Amino acid sequence: MAVTREDVVKVAKLANIAIDDARLDALARELSTILGHMEELAQVDTERVLPAEGLSSGGQRLRADHGPADPLFNAPATFAPEMRDGFLIVPRLATHEGSPERSP
Amino acid sequence: MKPPPRAPDLARKLLAQPLTECVACVREGGALPSDLVSAAFDRADDVGAGRESLNIFLATDRVRATESAKELTALIGRAEAPGNLAGAPVAVKDNIATLHMPTTCGSKVLEGYVSPYEATVVRRLRANGAVIIGKTNMDEFAMGSSTENSAYGPTRNPVDIRRVPGGSSGGSAAAVAAGIVRLALGSETGGSVRQPASFCGIVGVKPTYGRVSRYGLVAFGSSLDQVGVLGRSVEDTAIGLEVIAGCDQLDSTSADVPVPRYELEKNARLDGLVIGKPKEYYPEGLDPRVAERCERALDAFRELGAEVRDVSLPHTSYSIPVYYVVAPAEASSNLARFDGVRYGLRVASESGLTGMYEATRARGFGPEVTRRVMLGTYVLSAGYYDAYYKKAQSVRTLIAQDFRDVFLSGVDVLFTPTTPTPAFELGAVKDPYEMYLSDIFTASANLAGVPAISVPIGTASGLPIGGQIIAGHFEESAMFRAAFGLERALAGKALPGEGSA
Amino acid sequence: MSAAATADYEMVVGLEVHVQLKTRTKAFCACSADFGAPPNTNVCPVCLALPGALPVLNRHAVELALRAALALECKVNETSVFARKNYFYPDLPKGYQISQYDRPLAEKGWLTIGELDEHTPVRVGITRVHMEEDAGKSVHDRYPGATAIDLNRAGVPLIEIVSEPDMRSAAEAGAYLRLLKQILSYAGVSDVSMEEGSLRVDANVSARIRGTTKLGTKTEVKNMNSFSAVERALDSEFARQVELLRGGGTVQQQTMLWHGTKGETRPSRSKEESHDYRYFPEPDLPPLVLDMEWVGRVGREIPELPDARRKRMAEEFKLSAADAELLTASAGMSEYFEAVARASLDPKAALNWVMGEVSAAINAAGVTIDQFAVRPADLGELLRMVRDDVLSHTAAKRVFARMVETGKPPAQVAAEEGLQKIGDDSALVGWIDEVLRENPAEATRYRNGETKLQGVLVGLVMKKSKGRADPRKVNQLLPERARS
Ligand SMILES: [Mg+2]
Ligand SMILES: [Zn+2]
Repeated sequence: MAVTREDVVKVAKLANIAIDDARLDALARELSTILGHMEELAQVDTERVLPAEGLSSGGQRLRADHGPADPLFNAPATFAPEMRDGFLIVPRLATHEGSPERSP
Repeated sequence: MKPPPRAPDLARKLLAQPLTECVACVREGGALPSDLVSAAFDRADDVGAGRESLNIFLATDRVRATESAKELTALIGRAEAPGNLAGAPVAVKDNIATLHMPTTCGSKVLEGYVSPYEATVVRRLRANGAVIIGKTNMDEFAMGSSTENSAYGPTRNPVDIRRVPGGSSGGSAAAVAAGIVRLALGSETGGSVRQPASFCGIVGVKPTYGRVSRYGLVAFGSSLDQVGVLGRSVEDTAIGLEVIAGCDQLDSTSADVPVPRYELEKNARLDGLVIGKPKEYYPEGLDPRVAERCERALDAFRELGAEVRDVSLPHTSYSIPVYYVVAPAEASSNLARFDGVRYGLRVASESGLTGMYEATRARGFGPEVTRRVMLGTYVLSAGYYDAYYKKAQSVRTLIAQDFRDVFLSGVDVLFTPTTPTPAFELGAVKDPYEMYLSDIFTASANLAGVPAISVPIGTASGLPIGGQIIAGHFEESAMFRAAFGLERALAGKALPGEGSA
Repeated sequence: MSAAATADYEMVVGLEVHVQLKTRTKAFCACSADFGAPPNTNVCPVCLALPGALPVLNRHAVELALRAALALECKVNETSVFARKNYFYPDLPKGYQISQYDRPLAEKGWLTIGELDEHTPVRVGITRVHMEEDAGKSVHDRYPGATAIDLNRAGVPLIEIVSEPDMRSAAEAGAYLRLLKQILSYAGVSDVSMEEGSLRVDANVSARIRGTTKLGTKTEVKNMNSFSAVERALDSEFARQVELLRGGGTVQQQTMLWHGTKGETRPSRSKEESHDYRYFPEPDLPPLVLDMEWVGRVGREIPELPDARRKRMAEEFKLSAADAELLTASAGMSEYFEAVARASLDPKAALNWVMGEVSAAINAAGVTIDQFAVRPADLGELLRMVRDDVLSHTAAKRVFARMVETGKPPAQVAAEEGLQKIGDDSALVGWIDEVLRENPAEATRYRNGETKLQGVLVGLVMKKSKGRADPRKVNQLLPERARS
């Protein structure tokens, strides 16, 4: 399955990575080559095989509903790129101007 | 009568001794931890660990290491047992969170980022008296097999400076191989401890998935990642693994399985041990030098009383395709958090938030990381999930089943080459997929979650060659038993033409 | 558009409700789940998504989710799987939300609406109940050109309850939401407050010609901040769709936002193409394998649900159907009533007081029944004092008013205010003698056998005592004082 330039553009959007136009075709080729090697998986009969969902068995250990949380030795202000009044500050998302305060 | 050695000389000598001797000496007050720290830093200077040469460390902190060493001395003075690593200088791969020193994962996106919390494995090292002297160079986010993908320049192999140390834990392997530390932590996703151990002529262990806490190990492929140990000897790595292993309430995937004393597996003989030789790991085109050293190792096993049995793991050839679907898929999600919002690099942009995301991640990630994030995003995206991700995870089940079957058939451990070739020269492997094939013998253990160790089995033209011992889930004891035996049997047994490296 | 204009079309509604679980700590880390703390202070390596941090699931969150699922008659899956829902948003620290996807906690439940009014009951199917974590809060209007992020809420446990498209009107949707809220509140799962954000509703709505069975293209309506907003948004969006269809147009599958002030829905401007969530099983969390014995225990220990409580209370306290319905509308109110009824040994008085004085007082104070200053045991004691003639009804109302202000127990208030009935002979005798002296004519007639004047004289004594005299005692003492 060849990866097209358009696929690369679409995937770059999903991954939020700016890719130079000059690099698009090369990346499409590289991904196609790599994925080409994956094609051989199609030969394996997995009709009656469950996908491995992690390898630890026996289910999930649960935690009691109390603190304290693992502490921070330095507050977010020491490592965050921008903070104001205790808030993390980011540029406003253009498409969310005036829209509700919820993520999708 | 010879005068007793000066403390710094003693420390320098101790650094070259087995960990047990070094630690015993510290506990008995024969050597000061701070002298060992100095010896490690002096050794780093002597071998050229700096950026312009071997480029082993991304950060060191001599002042703080010396301080911790002095605190340790006070504890020893008060007879408060400082643990199995008392005073031992240890290096930690830069994708393992530590306080005080940056944790960059070899990436620009985390340049200067100092973690406000510490990984469970680091807490355990400290609790056992280890002194962290530095953070080691690595392929960016552990994506690579040569440490050439570090944003801070490649690490070079101390055995031959023109060659790569392997990767992604290349810095940790080089730190041990160069004699700066006896023990270093690395991490594995598809062979990133065993492969550089093999290239650098040292021992590297990847424990069972779940044996060691991943809390604080920056995730690459979460279902594959494990912290591993690199050391000069099997015994040193066994001691190191004992310290960091065990259930952790902060990691839901860490297993509640008791940790045995691996050190007790030292045996003169391996009578009764069944060693499987899986034919898929000895292909036609295998480098004859590698094949020859493996045969010699198998002979050594036989001499120790072990039985060598031909076995088959039929789905082995799918390991690399499966690995390069599953690991990038998980990575694409794991690396989404590097968005410039809370920590690390932020690159401003004209076009608002999305522009900031795109610019930050474009500048923050190197080419290989970008390639894998793209690949992972692609295989998970609508319409491709079943064909790639789900398919790969299903084949992964079959790969794990192969191991289960072979261990159920009465085989105790498997013996294979660690890598298809010895260390290659910097820049020699340009095609990404060709580089991926460096993991061809190692990735399967990660996919199946089983433990494996790489042990030096000789050299070719002065370049180290490693042999791999793979055991069943939580059967590290069997793995170590075989490794101890092999190490002892091969000690000092250089083949004609092997050189003296 | 008028109702008549849409009459030949039928509305089809399904609801997705997110409910915040009432835990002390977050879903996957031990940070406090309380809100109101200064921004970004209830955070840790896990909920900040620091490199290397890992999630560990809160057992109590699972228990509350199970309670909700079982209260909604769902089938609980012994094994469920957490998945990552990948998308970028600045209040989503990891770049993915831990949720459940193709193997949810529970499926195939139902609840019945309209049982209590004149309509035919409607059984609304519950497709699934799954667990997930909340995002943080984005504040868009605090700084110009910038969004401010507070991650205190990031990682708080939620359940998402997805209904089948079984509702046919905004009113049915409203009824479903009110009943759902009531059930979850009774089960102690959540505070279920839309104002505080612990309950949020998205609606899927489509229109089709009445009598047809094929579902029309639906839109997803978001951004409603009350149940009545949901009802208005549904009516408005339905009308919009019908108008489109009537004009020969087609409905586009998209997300619509409700603009309450304008009274209309508008397409969301967020790009649809970004909604490729790339779900895959969360590798940091092994499958959730439930001990079904525990699930059974959780089911048995679910607090009494509204339906059962209504029936039980009507019978036990001899309440009319209407009173029982009114009382059990809120879990807190009915629990309060029950406690008062038991403490006072007088359910009838308890009912009158709870529906009257108590309701009025909490409304006036703008608090919930849980925050109300007068604890049910104290109110019960007050009613007992009335029944035992320690307090007159008038005095009791004054005592209650002071209790609302001070939260003090009734005996203390009555004593402090001097409102307790006075049965002390010397005080009573003093008042009686005064009354006889001040009203000589009546006193004489009474002495001469005109016994019907007894009531008048007792009344005057009561008046003189400002209501504190114990009338029984006055009645006893009057004849002998008159004779002396
Ligand atoms: Mg949801
Ligand atoms: Zn937290």
